Amino acid sequence: MRRFALIALPYAWLLALFLVPFGIVLKISLSDIALAIPPYTPTLDPGAGWAGLKAFLSQLDFENFVFLTSDDLYWKAYLSSLQIAVIATFLTLLVGYPIAYGMANAPDHWRPTLMMLVILPFWTSFLIRVYSWMGILSTEGYLNQLLIGMGLISEPLTILNTPVAVYIGIVYTYLPFMILPIYSTLERMDGSLLEAAEDLGCSRLTAFWLVTVPLSKNGIVAGCFLVFIPTIGEFVIPSLLGGSRTLMIGKVLWEEFFNNRDWPVASAVAVVLLLILIIPIILFQRNEQKQRETEG
Amino acid sequence: MRRLTWFNATSLTLGFAFLYLPMLILIIYSFNESKLVTVWAGFSTRWYGELLRDEAFIDAALVTLRVAVASSTIATVLGTMAALVLVRAGRFPGRTLFSGMIYAPLVMPEVITGLSLLLLFIGIGLDRGILTIILAHTTFSMAFVAVVVSSRLMSFDRSLEEAALDLGCSPFDAFRLVTLPIIAPAVISGWLLAFTLSLDDLVIASFTAGPSATTLPIKIWSSIRLGVSPEINALSTIMIGIVAVGVITASLVTKRASLRQQAEERAAAQQA
Repeated sequence: MRRFALIALPYAWLLALFLVPFGIVLKISLSDIALAIPPYTPTLDPGAGWAGLKAFLSQLDFENFVFLTSDDLYWKAYLSSLQIAVIATFLTLLVGYPIAYGMANAPDHWRPTLMMLVILPFWTSFLIRVYSWMGILSTEGYLNQLLIGMGLISEPLTILNTPVAVYIGIVYTYLPFMILPIYSTLERMDGSLLEAAEDLGCSRLTAFWLVTVPLSKNGIVAGCFLVFIPTIGEFVIPSLLGGSRTLMIGKVLWEEFFNNRDWPVASAVAVVLLLILIIPIILFQRNEQKQRETEG
Repeated sequence: MRRLTWFNATSLTLGFAFLYLPMLILIIYSFNESKLVTVWAGFSTRWYGELLRDEAFIDAALVTLRVAVASSTIATVLGTMAALVLVRAGRFPGRTLFSGMIYAPLVMPEVITGLSLLLLFIGIGLDRGILTIILAHTTFSMAFVAVVVSSRLMSFDRSLEEAALDLGCSPFDAFRLVTLPIIAPAVISGWLLAFTLSLDDLVIASFTAGPSATTLPIKIWSSIRLGVSPEINALSTIMIGIVAVGVITASLVTKRASLRQQAEERAAAQQA
């Protein structure tokens, strides 16, 4: 009885506030926009039983999904989200790997402090961390002031409201997610393997490529997924740093909902986004499971 | 092996400069006299004064704190229960669905979670306000609590609990007296994580908050949409300061606790 209560309470909560809402999104994505509030029809009447279900099914239409394919905006936004996520993940890896490597090779008594320094930004407001770049990257911002002051450029660069600013924002905010898994694989690495490689005639760089990188593969893969998956649906970064020229699907969904008040299309955008995300999420979980098995 | 080469020193220096310079600049310019945020016009605490006189910000901060305390506390209870179910309950009908629902919010884009919960609240006719934000935040942060607590439960020696049961404890007492103290650090970090996630959330709160409840991130968002504002710099500095003090204190406390535990274990080993 007690076991039943233990299972039932969180289960019921998740069913009511996680699964049912998704059912509603799916349903609305298959509905017509109507003038009434809430602006959607049809409704499934559970009291009517089988006939009600049949009536409900016959009213469903895939118009909203057809609409998504017919308007350039949507598929361009999906593609551009994927492209931005891929490039940003790669850049985060390039920035994060040397930091994780440096941490793993730092003197032992430094490491708790370095760890804390990586985690600290993670606890700091995401919104504020993105916001901090607005003052740096704007036309009259600190970076342009610095570059002009040093005489490197004469005209201010336009960085804010371009994709470059979005990349900077993503690398900056998601960097801890890349550093931590890579650091944890590098930290456990057996240093004698590198010495063996060097003894056998590898240069330091070759030893790094042939020994360190393959051994930290699990950390690299985990870090890349941890950056890639949330980046696809990102809303705050493209809205604050990307300007109107940066197209990302999270922003499109937000605007479809709040500005156009087209709930069925917003729901259809969400359903397709979820379908796109399922593949990397499954791959990520497989990778995690494989890692647990090799460790256990 | 553990040598600090010039390469490692450079990458650490550049890396941490990249992580901390933007926040440092924000802090410095929060003490700027000028309303033009990118032009330095002398030291002043003017914007802190204006911030503290701005009732909309104070109200938003209070709403945010109430939501964060309530949602992280409920999420900790539900998340710990969910972790116990995942690690201990064995097989039961619908287990796959259960673990799927636990892990899904971790990777779900916030726009989707927010949209789906809003549609639910409208569908059942629940007025949007503080309550709906609390429900939404609880749902997504209980997943994080469950993950943190279940990883601690997995490494937990079950024989301790069995010993308590053999010695006549009821299952609830065994949990309260044996299991809970051992998993307490994970439960506390789960609560802190849930609390931070709630404080920080803009997207889900924007969907689920009605006009009657504005949280701090929503307020910040509406002020910075059009550009940098000196009041927000001051607010950011206060928030960064609180987090820094909190994280540093927490790491010192856990360090002392782990030293004490090591000392106790050593003493116990000597006695044995």
